[in-house]
Amino acid sequence: MIALALPAQDSGTFTPPGIDEMHLPAILPWGAHEGFSKQMLLVILSVVIIATFFILAARKQQLVPGKLQFAGEMAYGFVRNSIAKDIIGGRDFIKYVPLLFSLFFFILVNNIYGAIPYIQLPSFSHVGGAYVLAAIVYVTWIGIGLKKNGLKYFKLATVPSGVPWYILPIVVPIEIISNFLVRPVTHSLRLFATMLAGHLIVMLAGSGIEFLVMQENVLLKGASVLVLVGAVAMYMLEALIMALQAYVFTLLTAIYIEGALHADSH
Amino acid sequence: MNQLIISAATEGEESVSPLTPNVWEMGVVLVGFAVLLFIVVKFVVPMFEKTFAERAEAIEGGIAKAEKAQAEASAALEEYKQQLTDARAEANRIREEARAEGAQILADLKAKAAAESARITEQAHAQIESERQAAVVALRSEVGTLATTLAGRIVGEALSDDERSARVVDRFLADLETQNAGAAK
Repeated sequence: MIALALPAQDSGTFTPPGIDEMHLPAILPWGAHEGFSKQMLLVILSVVIIATFFILAARKQQLVPGKLQFAGEMAYGFVRNSIAKDIIGGRDFIKYVPLLFSLFFFILVNNIYGAIPYIQLPSFSHVGGAYVLAAIVYVTWIGIGLKKNGLKYFKLATVPSGVPWYILPIVVPIEIISNFLVRPVTHSLRLFATMLAGHLIVMLAGSGIEFLVMQENVLLKGASVLVLVGAVAMYMLEALIMALQAYVFTLLTAIYIEGALHADSH
Repeated sequence: MNQLIISAATEGEESVSPLTPNVWEMGVVLVGFAVLLFIVVKFVVPMFEKTFAERAEAIEGGIAKAEKAQAEASAALEEYKQQLTDARAEANRIREEARAEGAQILADLKAKAAAESARITEQAHAQIESERQAAVVALRSEVGTLATTLAGRIVGEALSDDERSARVVDRFLADLETQNAGAAK
């Protein structure tokens, strides 16, 4: 919407859309600078979509599943077996399945929004949501580590075994920084940055096509086709990245939890 | 109108870094995720796990049932084999017994036959002896009479006194027997 409006202001020069265009005006009150935004609506919608789908799919509990139940079981089984069971393993992986399952589908649906026409806004192109999810995971795995190993957990997590004592002064600060400071930041920013970048690219391509089509020159008009082809390719790539980021975020969560559970053997 | 909104929006956020979060959005994501997690923990995961467990149980139950049937079948087979072996042993035993019994009966019959034949032989012997005795007695009286008659004719005198002649004959015969016995010894 904004992208379409901008080039029209001055058809002579191309003004690419920037970060600022990521912040749409609020829905309620309409057009206000602060308020109930499209992202918030989409986040709430995602909760409704996920809960409805899986409750409908799981409700019948038939031994021989129907199509909907089968789809639900496939999706649930993917997170349960391919992520939770494979990474965490053991007998207690089932305790962490709800968190991983919720994370995966919450992120997946909110990302896929970016690939759906008219919605076309991944919720995590705003950094707030990513911070919240990463913080939940951060608190969770530290909590698990403390519960499992007590205060000794911090020593286990920062002092690697089998390292000569004279290297420890270098290794320990690195471990502290990488495990307790950098980890949550990268965890959240990875999701946010990929979604923001993807959204920017799609937006940029859109406004570029718009700008080129508006030109008087026929060649420049024709060039818009090239941009369109590129934009479709980027759109496909973006759709892949949306699913991939949900998987990566959940997988990393599982790895962090596993690391906290088995801190004494790392 | 759009233009106005855009300019208003961009003006306000020009200085905002993309890394600065909107607190309200964070709140919505937090609450939304909490609600989702609650629903998942409370309903979705238990329902799926229950279905999975039931399915596993159904499959394992089927396997267990099949295994039980298999075990029963092999037990029955074992039993039949055992019965067959028993029956064979029984038959063998009966055959052996019959053979032994037959042999026993045969031996009994043989013994009986031998006894019978011995008895018959004995009887024959006894009869022969008595007949010989009878013949001896008959001969004795006959020989006495003949000798007396012969002697009377030779002597020319009738030895009518039977009593005396009988005494003579008896003495003669006793002498004869004594001689015979002496000769036999």
